[in-house]
Amino acid sequence: MTTEHVTHDRPDIDKHVDPGPDRAQYGLAALLALIGVWTVVDSAGLGPGFADQVVRPGAFGYVIGSALVVLAVLLAVATARGSRAEGEGGEDVDLDVSTDWRTLAGLAGVLVATIALIDWLGWAVVGALLFAGAATVLGNRHWVRNLVLGAVLSVTSWYGFYVGLGIPIPAGVLDGIL
Amino acid sequence: MIHALLTGFGSALAPENLLFAVVGVLLGTAVGVLPGIGPAMTVALLLPVTYNVSPSAALIMFAGIYYGGMYGGSTTSILLNTPGESSSVITALEGNKMAKGGRAAQALATAAIGSFVAGTIGTVLLIALAPTVAEWVVVLGAPSYFALMLLALLAVTTVLGSSKLRGFISLALGLTIGLVGTTTGQARLTFDNPLLADGIDIVVVAVAIFAVGEALWVAAHLRRRPLEIIPVGRPWMDRTDWGRSWKPWLRGTAYGFPFGALPAGGAEMPTFLSYITERRLAGRHRAEFGKGAIEGVAGPEAANNASAAGTLVPLLAIGLPTTATAAVILAAMQSYGLQPGPQLFEAEPELVWTLLASLFVANTLLLVINLPLAPVWARLLRIPRPYLYAGILFFAVLGAYSVNFQWFDVALLSLFGALGFAMRRFGLPVLPLIVGVILGPRLEEQLAQALQLSQGDVSALWSEPVAVIVYVVIAALLLAPIVLRLMPGRQGPERLEDQVDALEEEVRS
Repeated sequence: MTTEHVTHDRPDIDKHVDPGPDRAQYGLAALLALIGVWTVVDSAGLGPGFADQVVRPGAFGYVIGSALVVLAVLLAVATARGSRAEGEGGEDVDLDVSTDWRTLAGLAGVLVATIALIDWLGWAVVGALLFAGAATVLGNRHWVRNLVLGAVLSVTSWYGFYVGLGIPIPAGVLDGIL
Repeated sequence: MIHALLTGFGSALAPENLLFAVVGVLLGTAVGVLPGIGPAMTVALLLPVTYNVSPSAALIMFAGIYYGGMYGGSTTSILLNTPGESSSVITALEGNKMAKGGRAAQALATAAIGSFVAGTIGTVLLIALAPTVAEWVVVLGAPSYFALMLLALLAVTTVLGSSKLRGFISLALGLTIGLVGTTTGQARLTFDNPLLADGIDIVVVAVAIFAVGEALWVAAHLRRRPLEIIPVGRPWMDRTDWGRSWKPWLRGTAYGFPFGALPAGGAEMPTFLSYITERRLAGRHRAEFGKGAIEGVAGPEAANNASAAGTLVPLLAIGLPTTATAAVILAAMQSYGLQPGPQLFEAEPELVWTLLASLFVANTLLLVINLPLAPVWARLLRIPRPYLYAGILFFAVLGAYSVNFQWFDVALLSLFGALGFAMRRFGLPVLPLIVGVILGPRLEEQLAQALQLSQGDVSALWSEPVAVIVYVVIAALLLAPIVLRLMPGRQGPERLEDQVDALEEEVRS
């Protein structure tokens, strides 16, 4: 369908060429169906429960799991019929630019590194790296200053939690120094 | 009741509690002003901080954050014209026009004083209503609670948001997360992982969806051109502005409170209604609408804050959260072993009355602190975005890690953060998921209790009159849109978003 053929009673649509179905939504539908099927399978594997348990442990799982599968089908149908998702707006969000996958990959890397290192190096070190890494990935290239800021934040928050709030975050590799 | 309230004031004005109220109000306003952070995210991020603070102090702080966040959001929408919270979309219509016309100080003043008036009246109504409602619901049994929770779940899913399908997807995902754990005696969806046996901590889910999801989403679409911020001095109003503001404040309050108190009322509808009412009643000032009419800021802002007070009625008296912030506050109360609802008024009267009194304190603090501090808040809008979002990720990871001090929670945080990103990408509303996680397990508990007493007889579910009424309401809620669509000559009910869009077009052209 080209724009010339679009009638003028829908002026909001004919500004752009029809971009076709939002294919990524099929992926979401598949994921929902997977979670739904898994929930049903998991519920089927449960025992009947205690003698006085009127609502069986599997009951809610069956209902919710099958609902997810139904919703996944409905979403796939809606997608095929041209239903598009409205991305969420916000003060700092510019929905006209396409998704910046490089920044996202960078942040994902920072988070994975945090998960891998946090038990070993402790919060004071990993927190500083997390802040500096995220700020650098997000576009602030003064990485030395980011690292200093991150270290100040993480050490302050460690002492704040440990001393101020009585929440004993393990010191990790800095045990004995902090 | 007066006596109980006075005792509450005595406790709320104790130095320690007063300090928490000030901290809450300052934090709430700051994060309300900061782009990307809303009150729900702030309360979620602060949950771990409160593990070792007394429940009343924590709740006082959260109440301050809630009220402060509502107010801060209006500052952003007036000075920046890109409202962060859906409840301040309407305020931006006239507020930003006023600011551009050199009347930012008056716009901020009418928003601040209107919020104070609405918040105070709303709190009076809350104090009058909540104990009464609690007295009514205390006699209700499990069947009625089951029905009420079902209503709350369906209402937050169907009434708000532009797509019901996406609302239900979000709800189902939330309920699935709520299944994880061994509450029924058997391990459900735990993947044989002992770390999941206690279920997924609501703190981790809330922080991930609100904070990590938002940070990732903004990072992927970061606005490269800086926004235009209108400079502002100290807010003030002259005689004429007062004369034009006070009626809209009262009318806005009258719209806001009832909508907030209803399940799934929210703040969008009353702010919208308040705006169109003020425009209709503006008389000779009507021509100013679209160019910066003070009535168009005063009314919606009052409605916004009155609805915040209203949402505390179902939260405290029945234990039903109807906004994202209320849902997170409910999670906080549960982590203290407090069960909001009628029992709370009987078991913890001191806590309840201290909280209610502290709402007045928070409201007054907001007015006293925010009028002189407005230029400072405006400067917060200039914070470098890499630091802002790196800071959000930093505190999110800290919050998740401090739950159990294990990497596993940070991994869950990242996983649900990815889900939060996907939800923003696919237009899935956040509220049904959060309410689903919190109410899902309680729904199951009430059902089990109701059927246990009747030994499995399903008719017990409609054995109480309140339950029957609630089911009728649910049926009306689900069937009304279908019936309206089938009626000849009608296109079906207009969606609120479309109406707001149409209004924006009309006003801006």
